[in-house]
Amino acid sequence: MGLDFTVVPSFFGILLMGAGWTAAITICAGILSFFGGIVFAVVALYGHWSLRLPMRAFAFLFMGTPLLLQLFLIYFGLIEIGIDLPAFVAGVIGLGLHFAVYNSELIQASILSVDKGQYEGARTLGLSRGQTLRRIIIPQAVRAVIPPMGNNMIALLKDSALVSVIGVMELTLAAQQAISRTYRPFEFYLAAAFCYYIINLALEAGLRRLERRIAASR
Amino acid sequence: MDTDLILRVYPFFLEAAWVTIQLSVLTALLGLACGSLGAAARLSRLAPLRWAAAVYVSVFRGTPALIQVFILYFGGPQVGIQLDSFSAGTIALGVNIGAYMTETIRGAIVSVDKGQTEAARTLGLSRWETMRKVILPQAARMMIRPLGVNINALIKGTALVAPISVVELTYTAQRFIGSTYKPFEMFLLSGLLYMIIIYAVGQGISWLDRRARIV
Repeated sequence: MGLDFTVVPSFFGILLMGAGWTAAITICAGILSFFGGIVFAVVALYGHWSLRLPMRAFAFLFMGTPLLLQLFLIYFGLIEIGIDLPAFVAGVIGLGLHFAVYNSELIQASILSVDKGQYEGARTLGLSRGQTLRRIIIPQAVRAVIPPMGNNMIALLKDSALVSVIGVMELTLAAQQAISRTYRPFEFYLAAAFCYYIINLALEAGLRRLERRIAASR
Repeated sequence: MDTDLILRVYPFFLEAAWVTIQLSVLTALLGLACGSLGAAARLSRLAPLRWAAAVYVSVFRGTPALIQVFILYFGGPQVGIQLDSFSAGTIALGVNIGAYMTETIRGAIVSVDKGQTEAARTLGLSRWETMRKVILPQAARMMIRPLGVNINALIKGTALVAPISVVELTYTAQRFIGSTYKPFEMFLLSGLLYMIIIYAVGQGISWLDRRARIV
């Protein structure tokens, strides 16, 4: 059974739709991991110990285990406690939480390296502790780690292929559907890889532009 | 927490952990081989070799590892490559992490001060001798930690062979979640084993790094 790429164009629509869902998952999970990362970082650094300790344990567990295992936990665990979410939402939550933990590590280190004078200055001007964090410290800390968080975003795009395993309709699952009708795995997985590569290049170009803009505004 | 259940199923997880360890070791060795060759090609004087290595790195880092595993395992037979799931998984993951290791190794080599090369060449060493006797011994020390980061990622990455039914930790957890409906217990059990493996490897890498450091 040789290769025959002529079957690919007739499934162009389904692949394109899959690519659209992959982009949607990446954007939704990316936003969740960005804001989740900030919240996790603040809780891990400044939260009451009853929040801080579970947060640290959660981060420890999520950094030491594979994403695929976490997706199974979230998907089946939510069903177990009676919450039956659509696969798409479960996939976004799983990917978002996983990368929020990684972003949180970056942001924590960045918050601690913001000049202490910034904090003292803000407090002297009469800002409360919360205001100082929200308006002075966090904007500077987050801005400094945009490039490494961009790398996490690229990893997120590629890892979004994993949510096909819990039945989220995206590029990998779209390829699998085409394969189940044509029995041509090589052609369609290669086509899917090509789509991922294109999305990846676009995301990288976008992130580089963002980094240049941030560097210019400093 | 159902401790009776955990006590009943943990032997299966220990067996699966052993498979994960085997996968990790073989993948790491293959990755180091691909990474070394890739880095050598990236730094070669021959432009076609440099281009080939750049394409290798870009393609394997630019597409999901899961898709690479699927192409080799499901698509391989179409082009005459018939592999069992363990071999296909190991090869695909090894070549994948090799692309990341290529950049790690290349980065360590180019970060050796340029003056070292100039001095060695001035002293009459050939290009090859300079690399082998002057640059690589210094670069090797610098790449231990970043390669450790790659290896940490590849251990967690071995979970990607679960979808092609290699009976390792994640596959075992998935199967037991399906049969017992206890996702939390199964997650904790397999997660703990992953963390033990990662911790042990991390300790080994720190030890190597300390030993290699020039005091």
